[in-house]
Amino acid sequence: MAWDRNQMAARAAQELQDGWYVNLGIGIPTLVSNYIPEGVEVTLQSENGMLGMGPFPFEGEEDADLINAGKQTITELPQTAYFDSAQSFAMIRGGKIAMAILGAMEVAENGDLANWMIPGKLVKGMGGAMDLVAGVGRVVVVMDHTSKHGESKVLKACTLPLTGRGVVNRIISNLGVLDVVPGGLRIVELADGVTEAELRAATEATIVN
Amino acid sequence: MKKVYPDAKSALDGLLFDGMFIAAGGFGLCGIPELLIAAIRDAGTKNLTIASNNAGVDGFGLGVLLQTRQVRKMISSYVGENAEFMRQYLSGELELEFNPQGTLAERMRAGGAGIPGFYTKTGVGTVIADGKEVKSFDGQDYILERGIVSDLSIVKAWKADPSGNLVFRKTARNFNGPAATCGRVCVAEVEEIVPLGALDPDKIHVPGIYVHRLIAGPHEKRIEQRTVRKRESA
Repeated sequence: MAWDRNQMAARAAQELQDGWYVNLGIGIPTLVSNYIPEGVEVTLQSENGMLGMGPFPFEGEEDADLINAGKQTITELPQTAYFDSAQSFAMIRGGKIAMAILGAMEVAENGDLANWMIPGKLVKGMGGAMDLVAGVGRVVVVMDHTSKHGESKVLKACTLPLTGRGVVNRIISNLGVLDVVPGGLRIVELADGVTEAELRAATEATIVN
Repeated sequence: MKKVYPDAKSALDGLLFDGMFIAAGGFGLCGIPELLIAAIRDAGTKNLTIASNNAGVDGFGLGVLLQTRQVRKMISSYVGENAEFMRQYLSGELELEFNPQGTLAERMRAGGAGIPGFYTKTGVGTVIADGKEVKSFDGQDYILERGIVSDLSIVKAWKADPSGNLVFRKTARNFNGPAATCGRVCVAEVEEIVPLGALDPDKIHVPGIYVHRLIAGPHEKRIEQRTVRKRESA
Protein backbone atom coordinates (compact mmCIF):
# COMPACT_ATOMS: atom_id res chain seq x y z
CA MET A 1 0.00 0.00 0.00
CA ALA A 2 1.02 3.55 -0.66
CA TRP A 3 -0.55 6.84 -1.67
CA ASP A 4 -1.95 7.22 -5.19
CA ARG A 5 -1.80 10.43 -7.23
CA ASN A 6 -4.88 11.91 -5.62
CA GLN A 7 -3.77 11.00 -2.10
CA MET A 8 -0.37 12.61 -2.74
CA ALA A 9 -2.16 15.73 -4.00
CA ALA A 10 -4.43 15.74 -0.95
CA ARG A 11 -1.41 15.43 1.35
CA ALA A 12 0.36 18.25 -0.50
CA ALA A 13 -2.74 20.42 -0.04
CA GLN A 14 -2.19 20.15 3.73
CA GLU A 15 0.97 22.24 3.19
CA LEU A 16 -1.10 25.27 2.17
CA GLN A 17 -1.65 28.08 4.65
CA ASP A 18 -4.37 30.68 4.68
CA GLY A 19 -3.48 33.79 2.73
CA TRP A 20 -0.66 32.24 0.74
CA TYR A 21 0.11 32.91 -2.91
CA VAL A 22 1.10 29.57 -4.45
CA ASN A 23 2.32 28.23 -7.79
CA LEU A 24 1.31 24.69 -8.75
CA GLY A 25 3.30 22.80 -11.38
CA ILE A 26 1.94 20.59 -14.13
CA GLY A 27 0.80 17.01 -13.37
CA ILE A 28 0.02 15.84 -9.83
CA PRO A 29 0.64 19.36 -8.40
CA THR A 30 -2.29 20.64 -10.49
CA LEU A 31 -4.56 18.19 -8.63
CA VAL A 32 -3.65 19.90 -5.33
CA SER A 33 -6.23 22.61 -6.08
CA ASN A 34 -8.98 19.98 -5.70
CA TYR A 35 -8.03 19.39 -2.04
CA ILE A 36 -7.49 22.87 -0.57
CA PRO A 37 -8.67 22.52 3.05
CA GLU A 38 -11.83 24.28 4.18
CA GLY A 39 -11.11 27.70 5.67
CA VAL A 40 -7.78 28.01 3.85
CA GLU A 41 -7.77 30.70 1.18
CA VAL A 42 -4.89 30.49 -1.25
CA THR A 43 -4.37 32.45 -4.44
CA LEU A 44 -2.96 30.43 -7.32
CA GLN A 45 -0.37 32.07 -9.55
CA SER A 46 0.00 31.06 -13.16
CA GLU A 47 3.43 32.16 -14.34
CA ASN A 48 2.20 33.21 -17.78
CA GLY A 49 0.76 36.26 -16.04
CA MET A 50 -2.12 35.73 -13.65
CA LEU A 51 -2.94 35.69 -9.95
CA GLY A 52 -6.25 34.16 -8.91
CA MET A 53 -6.56 31.25 -11.30
CA GLY A 54 -10.05 29.77 -11.51
CA PRO A 55 -11.27 26.33 -12.62
CA PHE A 56 -11.56 25.04 -16.18
CA PRO A 57 -14.35 26.78 -18.15
CA PHE A 58 -17.69 25.20 -18.94
CA GLU A 59 -17.90 23.89 -22.48
CA GLY A 60 -18.53 26.73 -24.90
CA GLU A 61 -17.03 29.33 -22.55
CA GLU A 62 -13.37 28.74 -23.44
CA ASP A 63 -11.39 31.94 -24.08
CA ALA A 64 -8.26 31.78 -26.23
CA ASP A 65 -6.86 34.73 -24.26
CA LEU A 66 -7.17 32.94 -20.91
CA ILE A 67 -4.86 29.98 -20.35
CA ASN A 68 -2.65 28.59 -17.62
CA ALA A 69 1.05 27.78 -17.81
CA GLY A 70 0.17 24.34 -19.18
CA LYS A 71 -1.63 26.16 -22.04
CA GLN A 72 -5.00 24.84 -20.83
CA THR A 73 -8.08 27.04 -20.98
CA ILE A 74 -9.07 28.30 -17.51
CA THR A 75 -11.29 30.96 -15.94
CA GLU A 76 -10.80 34.04 -13.78
CA LEU A 77 -12.08 34.79 -10.27
CA PRO A 78 -13.33 38.05 -8.73
CA GLN A 79 -9.85 38.68 -7.26
CA THR A 80 -7.93 37.89 -10.47
CA ALA A 81 -5.12 40.16 -11.61
CA TYR A 82 -3.24 39.96 -14.92
CA PHE A 83 0.29 41.14 -15.64
CA ASP A 84 3.11 40.54 -18.09
CA SER A 85 5.76 37.82 -17.91
CA ALA A 86 8.46 40.15 -16.57
CA GLN A 87 6.28 41.14 -13.62
CA SER A 88 5.16 37.54 -13.15
CA PHE A 89 8.72 36.41 -12.65
CA ALA A 90 9.60 39.51 -10.67
CA MET A 91 7.11 38.33 -8.03
CA ILE A 92 8.52 34.80 -8.27
CA ARG A 93 12.18 35.83 -8.15
CA GLY A 94 11.39 38.46 -5.54
CA GLY A 95 10.14 35.86 -3.08
CA LYS A 96 6.52 36.99 -3.04
CA ILE A 97 5.18 33.53 -3.86
CA ALA A 98 5.05 31.59 -0.59
CA MET A 99 5.32 28.12 -2.06
CA ALA A 100 5.69 26.14 -5.26
CA ILE A 101 4.53 22.53 -5.52
CA LEU A 102 6.34 20.82 -8.37
CA GLY A 103 7.00 17.41 -9.84
CA ALA A 104 10.48 15.86 -9.77
CA MET A 105 12.49 13.27 -11.65
CA GLU A 106 15.16 13.14 -8.92
CA VAL A 107 15.75 14.81 -5.57
CA ALA A 108 18.98 14.64 -3.56
CA GLU A 109 19.53 14.72 0.18
CA ASN A 110 20.98 18.25 -0.04
CA GLY A 111 17.81 19.56 -1.68
CA ASP A 112 19.07 19.46 -5.27
CA LEU A 113 16.22 19.04 -7.75
CA ALA A 114 16.25 17.59 -11.27
CA ASN A 115 12.99 17.82 -13.20
CA TRP A 116 13.62 19.24 -16.65
CA MET A 117 16.03 17.21 -18.74
CA ILE A 118 17.13 13.65 -19.46
CA PRO A 119 20.33 13.73 -21.54
CA GLY A 120 19.94 11.86 -24.82
CA LYS A 121 16.18 12.19 -24.73
CA LEU A 122 14.03 14.88 -26.24
CA VAL A 123 14.60 18.12 -24.34
CA LYS A 124 11.56 20.36 -24.16
CA GLY A 125 12.95 23.04 -21.87
CA MET A 126 12.79 24.19 -18.29
CA GLY A 127 9.98 26.70 -18.75
CA GLY A 128 9.62 28.56 -15.47
CA ALA A 129 10.83 25.78 -13.19
CA MET A 130 14.34 27.16 -12.60
CA ASP A 131 12.96 30.59 -11.74
CA LEU A 132 10.37 29.11 -9.39
CA VAL A 133 12.73 26.92 -7.38
CA ALA A 134 15.25 29.75 -7.10
CA GLY A 135 12.73 32.36 -6.04
CA VAL A 136 9.77 31.10 -4.06
CA GLY A 137 9.71 30.86 -0.27
CA ARG A 138 9.26 27.12 -0.01
CA VAL A 139 9.60 24.28 -2.56
CA VAL A 140 7.58 21.10 -2.06
CA VAL A 141 8.03 18.29 -4.59
CA VAL A 142 5.44 15.63 -5.24
CA MET A 143 6.85 12.52 -6.87
CA ASP A 144 6.96 8.75 -7.07
CA HIS A 145 9.62 7.51 -4.69
CA THR A 146 11.06 5.00 -7.17
CA SER A 147 11.26 4.56 -10.94
CA LYS A 148 9.23 2.00 -12.86
CA HIS A 149 12.22 -0.30 -12.43
CA GLY A 150 12.17 0.11 -8.66
CA GLU A 151 15.24 2.37 -8.47
CA SER A 152 15.19 5.13 -5.89
CA LYS A 153 14.60 8.67 -7.15
CA VAL A 154 15.44 10.08 -3.71
CA LEU A 155 19.21 10.08 -3.98
CA LYS A 156 22.50 11.01 -2.32
CA ALA A 157 23.24 13.10 -5.41
CA CYS A 158 21.20 13.77 -8.55
CA THR A 159 22.43 12.11 -11.74
CA LEU A 160 20.33 14.28 -14.08
CA PRO A 161 21.03 17.95 -14.92
CA LEU A 162 19.78 20.14 -12.09
CA THR A 163 16.84 22.50 -12.08
CA GLY A 164 18.14 24.05 -8.88
CA ARG A 165 20.80 23.49 -6.27
CA GLY A 166 19.72 22.97 -2.66
CA VAL A 167 16.22 24.25 -3.33
CA VAL A 168 13.83 21.53 -2.09
CA ASN A 169 12.35 21.86 1.41
CA ARG A 170 9.94 18.92 1.53
CA ILE A 171 9.32 15.75 -0.49
CA ILE A 172 5.85 14.20 -0.68
CA SER A 173 6.10 10.81 -2.37
CA ASN A 174 3.81 7.83 -2.70
CA LEU A 175 5.60 6.38 0.34
CA GLY A 176 5.55 9.34 2.71
CA VAL A 177 6.80 12.81 3.58
CA LEU A 178 10.46 13.74 4.08
CA ASP A 179 12.13 17.04 4.93
CA VAL A 180 15.51 18.20 3.70
CA VAL A 181 17.54 18.93 6.86
CA PRO A 182 21.26 19.35 7.59
CA GLY A 183 22.98 16.03 6.89
CA GLY A 184 20.18 14.43 4.86
CA LEU A 185 16.47 13.75 4.93
CA ARG A 186 14.22 13.38 7.95
CA ILE A 187 11.08 11.24 7.85
CA VAL A 188 8.05 13.37 8.69
CA GLU A 189 5.28 10.93 7.92
CA LEU A 190 4.66 7.50 6.39
CA ALA A 191 2.00 6.92 3.72
CA ASP A 192 -0.93 4.71 4.64
CA GLY A 193 0.22 1.10 5.00
CA VAL A 194 3.91 1.91 4.41
CA THR A 195 6.44 0.87 7.05
CA GLU A 196 9.54 2.87 7.92
CA ALA A 197 11.63 -0.08 6.73
CA GLU A 198 9.93 0.05 3.32
CA LEU A 199 10.50 3.81 3.05
CA ARG A 200 14.15 3.44 4.03
CA ALA A 201 14.66 0.58 1.57
CA ALA A 202 13.28 2.72 -1.27
CA THR A 203 15.46 5.71 -0.35
CA GLU A 204 19.09 5.98 -1.45
CA ALA A 205 19.56 9.31 0.32
CA THR A 206 20.87 9.49 3.88
CA ILE A 207 18.04 9.49 6.40
CA VAL A 208 18.81 11.30 9.66
CA ASN A 209 16.84 11.31 12.88
CA MET B 1 3.99 60.78 -37.33
CA LYS B 2 1.81 58.07 -38.76
CA LYS B 3 2.03 54.67 -37.09
CA VAL B 4 -0.98 52.91 -38.57
CA TYR B 5 -0.29 50.76 -41.64
CA PRO B 6 -2.85 49.03 -43.86
CA ASP B 7 -1.47 45.49 -43.45
CA ALA B 8 1.37 43.39 -42.06
CA LYS B 9 3.37 43.45 -45.28
CA SER B 10 3.49 47.23 -45.47
CA ALA B 11 4.13 47.52 -41.73
CA LEU B 12 7.29 45.41 -42.10
CA ASP B 13 8.49 47.19 -45.26
CA GLY B 14 12.17 48.09 -44.98
CA LEU B 15 12.59 46.43 -41.58
CA LEU B 16 13.47 42.85 -42.56
CA PHE B 17 16.95 41.56 -43.47
CA ASP B 18 18.63 38.17 -43.51
CA GLY B 19 20.38 37.26 -40.26
CA MET B 20 18.33 39.67 -38.16
CA PHE B 21 17.33 39.26 -34.51
CA ILE B 22 13.61 39.34 -33.71
CA ALA B 23 11.93 39.32 -30.30
CA ALA B 24 8.37 38.02 -30.33
CA GLY B 25 5.57 38.13 -27.78
CA GLY B 26 3.22 35.27 -26.93
CA PHE B 27 2.99 32.28 -24.62
CA GLY B 28 2.22 29.05 -26.40
CA LEU B 29 -0.29 30.16 -29.03
CA CYS B 30 -1.79 32.77 -26.71
CA GLY B 31 -1.16 36.37 -27.70
CA ILE B 32 1.13 35.60 -30.63
CA PRO B 33 1.64 38.09 -33.48
CA GLU B 34 0.17 35.73 -36.04
CA LEU B 35 -0.31 38.31 -38.81
CA LEU B 36 3.28 39.56 -38.64
CA ILE B 37 4.64 36.01 -38.50
CA ALA B 38 2.73 35.21 -41.70
CA ALA B 39 4.11 38.33 -43.36
CA ILE B 40 7.69 37.40 -42.38
CA ARG B 41 7.08 33.96 -43.88
CA ASP B 42 5.85 35.58 -47.10
CA ALA B 43 8.85 37.93 -47.16
CA GLY B 44 11.18 34.90 -46.99
CA THR B 45 13.69 36.58 -44.65
CA LYS B 46 16.31 33.99 -43.71
CA ASN B 47 18.76 33.06 -40.92
CA LEU B 48 16.56 34.60 -38.26
CA THR B 49 17.41 34.52 -34.58
CA ILE B 50 14.15 34.67 -32.63
CA ALA B 51 13.73 35.24 -28.91
CA SER B 52 10.31 33.89 -27.98
CA ASN B 53 9.17 31.87 -24.98
CA ASN B 54 7.91 29.08 -27.26
CA ALA B 55 8.36 28.11 -30.89
CA GLY B 56 4.72 27.67 -31.87
CA VAL B 57 3.28 24.37 -33.08
CA ASP B 58 3.56 22.64 -36.43
CA GLY B 59 1.85 24.93 -38.92
CA PHE B 60 0.92 27.77 -36.55
CA GLY B 61 2.68 30.51 -34.67
CA LEU B 62 6.46 30.56 -35.12
CA GLY B 63 6.12 26.97 -36.35
CA VAL B 64 5.37 28.37 -39.82
CA LEU B 65 8.83 30.00 -39.97
CA LEU B 66 10.41 26.71 -38.94
CA GLN B 67 8.63 24.87 -41.73
CA THR B 68 10.05 27.31 -44.27
CA ARG B 69 13.55 26.98 -42.68
CA GLN B 70 13.79 30.70 -42.07
CA VAL B 71 14.98 30.34 -38.48
CA ARG B 72 18.64 29.74 -37.62
CA LYS B 73 18.38 30.05 -33.85
CA MET B 74 15.69 30.12 -31.17
CA ILE B 75 16.05 31.60 -27.68
CA SER B 76 13.22 29.99 -25.71
CA SER B 77 12.26 28.42 -22.40
CA TYR B 78 10.05 25.60 -23.67
CA VAL B 79 9.73 24.11 -27.15
CA GLY B 80 7.74 20.97 -26.43
CA GLU B 81 4.87 21.10 -28.89
CA ASN B 82 6.63 21.20 -32.22
CA ALA B 83 7.75 18.08 -34.11
CA GLU B 84 9.40 20.02 -36.95
CA PHE B 85 11.36 22.02 -34.39
CA MET B 86 12.66 18.83 -32.81
CA ARG B 87 13.56 17.35 -36.17
CA GLN B 88 15.60 20.41 -37.21
CA TYR B 89 17.20 20.68 -33.79
CA LEU B 90 18.24 17.04 -33.59
CA SER B 91 19.65 17.16 -37.15
CA GLY B 92 21.72 20.24 -36.27
CA GLU B 93 19.93 22.61 -38.68
CA LEU B 94 18.56 24.74 -35.87
CA GLU B 95 20.40 26.25 -32.94
CA LEU B 96 18.62 26.46 -29.60
CA GLU B 97 19.48 28.53 -26.52
CA PHE B 98 17.36 27.59 -23.54
CA ASN B 99 16.63 30.46 -21.16
CA PRO B 100 14.65 30.02 -17.96
CA GLN B 101 11.30 31.68 -18.58
CA GLY B 102 11.73 34.48 -16.07
CA THR B 103 15.28 35.12 -17.21
CA LEU B 104 14.08 35.47 -20.81
CA ALA B 105 11.33 37.91 -19.76
CA GLU B 106 13.76 39.94 -17.67
CA ARG B 107 16.37 39.94 -20.47
CA MET B 108 13.76 41.60 -22.71
CA ARG B 109 12.62 44.00 -19.99
CA ALA B 110 16.21 44.93 -19.14
CA GLY B 111 17.22 45.39 -22.77
CA GLY B 112 14.30 47.75 -23.30
CA ALA B 113 15.13 49.62 -20.10
CA GLY B 114 18.76 50.28 -21.01
CA ILE B 115 20.11 47.69 -18.59
CA PRO B 116 22.82 45.62 -20.32
CA GLY B 117 22.94 42.88 -17.68
CA PHE B 118 21.52 41.78 -14.36
CA TYR B 119 22.29 39.22 -11.68
CA THR B 120 19.78 36.49 -10.89
CA LYS B 121 19.59 33.43 -8.62
CA THR B 122 17.80 31.54 -11.36
CA GLY B 123 19.97 28.77 -12.80
CA VAL B 124 22.80 28.97 -10.27
CA GLY B 125 24.44 25.54 -10.05
CA THR B 126 22.82 24.35 -13.30
CA VAL B 127 23.97 24.13 -16.93
CA ILE B 128 22.38 27.56 -17.45
CA ALA B 129 25.23 29.05 -15.39
CA ASP B 130 27.96 27.56 -17.62
CA GLY B 131 30.28 30.28 -18.86
CA LYS B 132 28.46 33.03 -16.99
CA GLU B 133 29.93 35.29 -14.32
CA VAL B 134 28.97 34.27 -10.78
CA LYS B 135 28.87 36.97 -8.12
CA SER B 136 28.03 36.68 -4.46
CA PHE B 137 25.72 39.22 -2.80
CA ASP B 138 25.07 38.90 0.94
CA GLY B 139 26.30 35.32 0.90
CA GLN B 140 24.12 34.17 -2.00
CA ASP B 141 25.38 33.35 -5.51
CA TYR B 142 23.90 35.01 -8.58
CA ILE B 143 24.72 34.71 -12.28
CA LEU B 144 25.05 37.52 -14.79
CA GLU B 145 22.47 37.51 -17.58
CA ARG B 146 22.46 39.96 -20.49
CA GLY B 147 19.69 42.29 -21.56
CA ILE B 148 18.27 41.67 -25.03
CA VAL B 149 18.04 44.37 -27.67
CA SER B 150 16.51 43.05 -30.89
CA ASP B 151 16.54 44.48 -34.39
CA LEU B 152 12.77 44.11 -34.44
CA SER B 153 10.05 43.26 -31.96
CA ILE B 154 6.72 41.81 -33.07
CA VAL B 155 3.87 41.82 -30.57
CA LYS B 156 0.14 41.25 -30.42
CA ALA B 157 -2.26 43.33 -28.33
CA TRP B 158 -6.03 43.51 -28.02
CA LYS B 159 -6.59 47.19 -28.75
CA ALA B 160 -4.49 50.17 -29.71
CA ASP B 161 -5.09 53.80 -30.44
CA PRO B 162 -3.40 55.49 -33.43
CA SER B 163 -0.60 56.79 -31.18
CA GLY B 164 0.47 53.21 -30.48
CA ASN B 165 -0.81 52.90 -26.93
CA LEU B 166 -1.53 49.19 -26.35
CA VAL B 167 -4.02 47.33 -24.19
CA PHE B 168 -3.87 43.58 -23.74
CA ARG B 169 -6.55 41.13 -22.71
CA LYS B 170 -6.19 38.55 -19.89
CA THR B 171 -3.21 36.17 -20.19
CA ALA B 172 -2.56 37.18 -23.81
CA ARG B 173 -0.36 39.94 -22.37
CA ASN B 174 2.47 37.57 -21.29
CA PHE B 175 5.74 38.33 -23.16
CA ASN B 176 4.20 41.01 -25.37
CA GLY B 177 4.93 43.80 -22.89
CA PRO B 178 8.63 43.03 -22.37
CA ALA B 179 9.12 42.15 -26.07
CA ALA B 180 7.59 45.45 -27.19
CA THR B 181 10.18 47.38 -25.21
CA CYS B 182 13.33 45.54 -26.30
CA GLY B 183 13.21 46.13 -30.05
CA ARG B 184 15.02 48.93 -31.85
CA VAL B 185 11.78 48.93 -33.82
CA CYS B 186 8.50 47.47 -32.58
CA VAL B 187 5.60 46.53 -34.83
CA ALA B 188 2.35 45.70 -33.06
CA GLU B 189 -0.72 43.95 -34.41
CA VAL B 190 -4.06 44.35 -32.68
CA GLU B 191 -7.64 43.19 -33.04
CA GLU B 192 -8.96 46.74 -33.11
CA ILE B 193 -7.58 50.25 -33.48
CA VAL B 194 -9.83 52.64 -31.59
CA PRO B 195 -9.91 56.45 -31.96
CA LEU B 196 -7.61 58.66 -29.92
CA GLY B 197 -9.19 59.24 -26.54
CA ALA B 198 -11.12 55.96 -26.54
CA LEU B 199 -8.57 54.20 -24.31
CA ASP B 200 -8.45 55.15 -20.64
CA PRO B 201 -4.98 56.74 -20.18
CA ASP B 202 -4.83 55.11 -16.74
CA LYS B 203 -5.24 51.66 -18.26
CA ILE B 204 -2.57 51.67 -20.99
CA HIS B 205 -0.37 48.56 -20.67
CA VAL B 206 2.34 49.60 -23.15
CA PRO B 207 2.69 53.33 -23.86
CA GLY B 208 2.96 54.26 -27.52
CA ILE B 209 6.58 55.41 -27.19
CA TYR B 210 7.58 51.77 -27.59
CA VAL B 211 5.42 51.10 -30.65
CA HIS B 212 6.60 52.36 -34.03
CA ARG B 213 4.18 50.72 -36.43
CA LEU B 214 0.71 49.32 -35.99
CA ILE B 215 -1.77 47.16 -37.85
CA ALA B 216 -5.23 45.78 -37.11
CA GLY B 217 -6.71 42.60 -38.49
CA PRO B 218 -8.69 39.45 -37.81
CA HIS B 219 -6.95 36.87 -35.61
CA GLU B 220 -7.50 33.14 -35.55
CA LYS B 221 -6.45 32.90 -31.85
CA ARG B 222 -6.11 29.13 -31.90
CA ILE B 223 -6.49 27.28 -28.58
CA GLU B 224 -3.68 24.84 -27.83
CA GLN B 225 -5.19 22.78 -24.99
CA ARG B 226 -8.95 23.08 -24.82
CA THR B 227 -9.96 21.96 -21.32
CA VAL B 228 -13.47 22.23 -19.91
CA ARG B 229 -15.48 21.04 -16.92
CA LYS B 230 -18.92 19.49 -16.88
CA ARG B 231 -21.90 21.54 -15.82
CA GLU B 232 -23.44 20.10 -12.70
CA SER B 233 -27.02 19.12 -13.45
CA ALA B 234 -29.52 21.39 -11.76
